[in-house]
Amino acid sequence: MARAVTTRHKTIATAAAWIVALLIFFPILYTIITSFKSEQEAIQGFSLFPSGTLESYAEVQSQYNYFRPFLNSVILSVGSTVLALVVAIPAAWAMAFSPTRRTKDILMWMLSTKMMPAVAVLFPIYLIFRDFGLLDSRIGMTIMLMLINLPIVVWMLYTYFREIPGEILEAARMDGASLWNEIVYVLTPMAIPGIASTLLLNIILAWNEAFWTIRLTTTNAAPLTAFISSFSSPQGLFWAKLSAASTLAIAPILIMGWFSQKQLVRGLTFGAVK
Amino acid sequence: MGKIALRNVNKSFGATTIIPNIDLDIEDGEFVVFVGPSGCGKSTLLRLIAGLEDVTGGTISIDGRDVTNEAPSKRKLAMVFQSYALYPHMTVAKNIAFPLKMAGESQDVIDRKVKDAARVLNLTNYLERRPGQLSGGQRQRVAIGRAIVRQPSAFLFDEPLSNLDAALRGTMRLEISELHQQLKTTMVYVTHDQVEAMTMADKIVVLNAGNIEQVGSPLELYKTPKNLFVAGFIGSPKMNFVNGGPAAAHGAATIGIRPEHVKVSKTQGEWKGVVGVAEHLGADTFIHVNTEAAGPLTVRADGDLSVEHGETVHLTPDPARIHRFGQDGLAL
Repeated sequence: MARAVTTRHKTIATAAAWIVALLIFFPILYTIITSFKSEQEAIQGFSLFPSGTLESYAEVQSQYNYFRPFLNSVILSVGSTVLALVVAIPAAWAMAFSPTRRTKDILMWMLSTKMMPAVAVLFPIYLIFRDFGLLDSRIGMTIMLMLINLPIVVWMLYTYFREIPGEILEAARMDGASLWNEIVYVLTPMAIPGIASTLLLNIILAWNEAFWTIRLTTTNAAPLTAFISSFSSPQGLFWAKLSAASTLAIAPILIMGWFSQKQLVRGLTFGAVK
Repeated sequence: MGKIALRNVNKSFGATTIIPNIDLDIEDGEFVVFVGPSGCGKSTLLRLIAGLEDVTGGTISIDGRDVTNEAPSKRKLAMVFQSYALYPHMTVAKNIAFPLKMAGESQDVIDRKVKDAARVLNLTNYLERRPGQLSGGQRQRVAIGRAIVRQPSAFLFDEPLSNLDAALRGTMRLEISELHQQLKTTMVYVTHDQVEAMTMADKIVVLNAGNIEQVGSPLELYKTPKNLFVAGFIGSPKMNFVNGGPAAAHGAATIGIRPEHVKVSKTQGEWKGVVGVAEHLGADTFIHVNTEAAGPLTVRADGDLSVEHGETVHLTPDPARIHRFGQDGLAL
């Protein structure tokens, strides 16, 4: 009897999980469905069955240059992530292995910057970008994306590094390793799973960042997020084309996410369970 | 060579003083054991020698060279940790080779030395495995292998056997002692287990609250403990302490009698008492007796002696082996 109850509970739980997953995934699914509709169909009302036309894709491809924002997205997300890791690895290393009384405060302070709404600093940052000639530049955007994600990167790496037993690093020191050798031969190989999931998660965050990319770029440095938003103006809304552009924009990151699921899940739930 | 000298060494963490002031000489080739209860500062003292902690004051020298401010990697010491601290991403061979690689040895030399160490430690068949695929005893052997390949001037062991089960601990104890006979290199060994200290050491340093209570050979400490702490800490079962009348009869505030130095008789003796618990170990029997005159006493008797709970026995201490202590706890 108990067994039957358990099985029934399991079935209910599984069904509930599927429903929640579908609810979360539905906007993405509907975007993909809409992208295979004509503009006419798209505004006609709710329908899960598109005609399957590829005209929106053809138009997005021919009238707008998809490749340029795609390339910008790759450069900005990868560039900002690599830059963030270069800064964050030594920072997290120092905080994890030679903490001071202030380390926790610094971490909290870094994270607190993420609690502030981005729009609060829009003006100062816009003006700084304008004065330094960084508006619509890849360098400016790379730095911007690096800075906004840096607290999360430092925090994640710090958590990973804390998991590495200090005695192993002490053993390396006793074995004659210099600080550099200790980082290269012992710390980094042990931290690679952590660094990899941090890298993946940060690429996704940077790829999807829309607040700053839309406001600080126009064409030269505009990534896919800005590319999508360009479809909701000026001649009105083009749902099918917008959907096609969105699908094209999220496809690369979705595929990457799919293949790196294992690392990502570890990254997202890290520290929750040992 | 591996002569270590500590002069006025002290260590504080913030306002907490762990080691008030220590002077100690460790001779070349000696097997020195730091022993004491948890929190007595023995591991801290070892880490100060290793350079993993900085001294607050005083100097540490190795072979006459002042290394007080030198990095651990420059001190030519090798350390075996309680947690083994192996590199989990490297094979056994690479773990053992690591110090050689750091010393810039050629690949030929590394291969040869790793092979030699593996043979000595019975690890030849495991060289390609990762630490995660080894048992606790094998892991500890790898840790020892990593320590010996580099031919350090001294080995430091930080409670290396505490994570092993009792049987393996006995075997490894013997292996480490044999290794010391073979290599004749200075070894400094930290443990809270006085049996390990007694069986392995040339010289025992008994620590308590960051102070050295006594330094001496195992038998010196056993036969002539300087104070109540050392007397109670060294020896198993613990020494019996008796105060009051019986102590005054020997002109002392407290007298100490080891359980093995008390004679048990069912008919006559100095102190009459009732048996509480009798632990039969086979060769020996530990009898806990509640005496009228001297309070509760533990006695180590012959294994053939049959006594039961509640039985009346008579105890007589060996007068030649009574330890006398003054009011201040020091031996008289």
